[in-house]
Amino acid sequence: MTETIEFRLNGKSVSVQLDASKTLLWVLRAHFNLTGTKYGCGEGYCGACTVLIDGSAIRSCITNLGEVAGKSVVTIEGLADGDKLHPVQQAFVDNDALQCGYCTPGMIMNAVGLINDNPNPTHEDIIWGMENNLCRCGAHNRIIEAIETAAAGMRNKK
Amino acid sequence: MDEFNDYKDYLKSHSSFPGIKRRDFFRLMGGGIYIFFRVGSAMEIMAAEADQNRLPNDLNAFLQIHEDGTVTCFTGKIEMGQGVITGLAQMLADELDVAFEKVKMVMGDTDLCPWDMGTFGSLSTRAFGPYLRAAAAEARMVLLIQAAEVLGVPLEDLDVNEGVIFKRKDKKEKVTYSQLTEGKKIERFLTEKPEVKDYSEFRIMGQPRFRVDSVEKVTGKAKYSGDIRLPGMVYARILRPPSHASKLVSVDTSEAEKVEGVQIVKDGDLVAALHEDPEMADKARRLFKAEFVGDEKPVSNENVFAYLNENAPEGNVNINEGDLETGKKSSDNTFENEFHDGYVAHSPMEPHTAMAFLEDGKMTVWAGTQTPFPAKSNIARVLGFEEEKVRVKPPYLGGGFGGKSAHQQAVEAARLAKITGKPVMVDWNRQEEFFYDEFRPAAIVKINSGVDEKGKIVFWDYHVYYAGDRGAETMYNVPHQKRTVYGRGWRAPGIHPFPTGAWRGPGNSTNTFAREVQIDIMAAKAGIDPVEFRLKNLTDQRAIDVLTEVAKMADWKPAQSPSKRGYGVAIGSDAGTYVAHIAKVDVDAKTGEVKVMKVWCAQEMGYCVNPQGATIQMEGCINMGMGYALKEVVEFEGGKVKTSNFDTYEIPRFSWIPEIETKILDRNAPPQGGGEPAIVCMGAVINNAIYDLTGARLFEMAMTPQRILEALKNV
Repeated sequence: MTETIEFRLNGKSVSVQLDASKTLLWVLRAHFNLTGTKYGCGEGYCGACTVLIDGSAIRSCITNLGEVAGKSVVTIEGLADGDKLHPVQQAFVDNDALQCGYCTPGMIMNAVGLINDNPNPTHEDIIWGMENNLCRCGAHNRIIEAIETAAAGMRNKK
Repeated sequence: MDEFNDYKDYLKSHSSFPGIKRRDFFRLMGGGIYIFFRVGSAMEIMAAEADQNRLPNDLNAFLQIHEDGTVTCFTGKIEMGQGVITGLAQMLADELDVAFEKVKMVMGDTDLCPWDMGTFGSLSTRAFGPYLRAAAAEARMVLLIQAAEVLGVPLEDLDVNEGVIFKRKDKKEKVTYSQLTEGKKIERFLTEKPEVKDYSEFRIMGQPRFRVDSVEKVTGKAKYSGDIRLPGMVYARILRPPSHASKLVSVDTSEAEKVEGVQIVKDGDLVAALHEDPEMADKARRLFKAEFVGDEKPVSNENVFAYLNENAPEGNVNINEGDLETGKKSSDNTFENEFHDGYVAHSPMEPHTAMAFLEDGKMTVWAGTQTPFPAKSNIARVLGFEEEKVRVKPPYLGGGFGGKSAHQQAVEAARLAKITGKPVMVDWNRQEEFFYDEFRPAAIVKINSGVDEKGKIVFWDYHVYYAGDRGAETMYNVPHQKRTVYGRGWRAPGIHPFPTGAWRGPGNSTNTFAREVQIDIMAAKAGIDPVEFRLKNLTDQRAIDVLTEVAKMADWKPAQSPSKRGYGVAIGSDAGTYVAHIAKVDVDAKTGEVKVMKVWCAQEMGYCVNPQGATIQMEGCINMGMGYALKEVVEFEGGKVKTSNFDTYEIPRFSWIPEIETKILDRNAPPQGGGEPAIVCMGAVINNAIYDLTGARLFEMAMTPQRILEALKNV
């Protein structure tokens, strides 16, 4: 049933007339053309579709649009401050922590959520916090290093 | 850029150069200097490796020096995450003497780039690279000759730095590449082998370069095929059979047609629901009622190796040296083993995806593919179009590993776009990706070998079924040896219940697994340390070098295996490159779970163009290789692929990841492949480490916890 759903998307208020049962991933990709959020498995196993809802990392492929009403959604497109990359994005660049790049937006959003929840993650915290984000190219070691670097940098700034 | 439509004609007619075509071409491309070059011998390598006989005659790449001093290289290769976009630019910049940042790579667009067979086989650097360098060297010479005229000095008094040609004695006397190319149209073909730089002169090659596409990729701006957006586009959801053996008998789409806004297409075997909303297209597809028939091959996970043995094709003897019987007589111990390797999926994170749009009689297809030019030909053939009326534009590719040499999704999108007149997106879901993946074939290797009392391998009788012979070389110095290959390459039409294909380092991971485990078994029986045993039997200096180096890196302490320490070793060779690995593992004897603690890897790949990129490929190979070694099993029954998602298909995760230490040996020799070699040892090195720790020997991959528990029972 079509209804009006309002939420914040990348810092801006948005209002859509859509069925609340629609999948957030496809609303982002097909309705808002925010294609940085990727489809990987459609069932929440791979993490390529990860976005932030009120600062927490969630799988947009198993989230209904109705669940984000009144909340704040941030996608990979909304993470940087203009041309200034978010520290996690910058750390991925600085650590060469990607290859094909398809899992990268989901990795970054999941890492930001992880640091939001726990600004002082240990090496083990990062491994288990990223466990359900899959990367087929095998960039894992550098992704862990990037997240460690970013978390340390963000702590020092505060 | 659509004005380049007649570029293909231009390339076809390059040898005779009909004036009109050439004028058109330069009018379209603008001023600058053009260098064209062929990739003849590279094509021969590709043809050999791809089991194809077709040799193309087209030019394979060209580079253009623009009036602003920037340089564009047009190549039919594609970037799939392995960084050739960076390494090729380094080669070009170094030979041409321009800043790395001035080089732009245009890759894979079939209207802009010359024909290329595809991006696979770790060939971009080793086979295409030399031609690119030669072209750049010639361009530099063309510019130097002109500069000599402009500056009025002999050629030998000039030098170049970052696109500025200057007099050695008076650096103020100078002229830039952009000044020289301004308003000029100069074309050159390479006829003779030009002088390329000596290794000692490289300033950009050999320096570690980070990937050039990372900012686009971390901001979500990088466009993959599924990210293309066109006005009026629709998403297609296509009826899929339950099995590869299934034939469509009938389909009832009446319920699906009731979905508001849906368009149903029925074109023979192609039945699809199209909708501007992908979820509505999904909904409509779920309402299809279809009937299929088909006879399944009597094969499943339960009996796959018995089935494959029973159906083995005739063998071809590749190598037959000495006399096996003589070898057997001089053996102290003989060893006869059969090794199994199951079906493995590519499972790139991006499923096969393509967008197609027919506009003014021309079909443009944005497809994530390793083979844009063959895709273009196939699409043209299926649509009944002239080849010139099809353009394939590869956006970024979300992982290939060999699996995106197949491009069925691009053909599907083009068919639907032709029928509907709309831009059509065909974006497979994960289940479709598993179903249509051309798996790495299940394969069998049988080895009978013997060692004399001095620990020398005296005979080696090797039989490989279904994997092909890549990586099947004995590697060791054996006087009496024979190698028989059953089935050509990695495809065995009519035998497997679904298509199989090339999987990163095709065949080699299977062959290296069997060889290096057999070697370990022999070393253990001979009571010789496995590194020492290998060195004793090696005469190939490149193999000796990587093995010696990796033993040093890992501070290898010689011992008879099983030493209970959990260290394994393996060597391999792929794509012209040599690798040696040592792994340390831990095994949970209760669960059968293996934890790879650390992997050391030494690689000798000739001259290393981009040490950063090559190191990352080694790391990626090691991590990815743990999957096929330990967990990846495609579940199937006949042509029904039961594996449909990552809940049951386990690929490497963060918690599996070992500490990795890599080293690339410093060599001044032609660059070799880097995208695949370091994956080929992963099965054997882990197997040998498990044995060293536990005394349990496994003969089948994947070495799943269940199989490890069974092997532990036999210790």
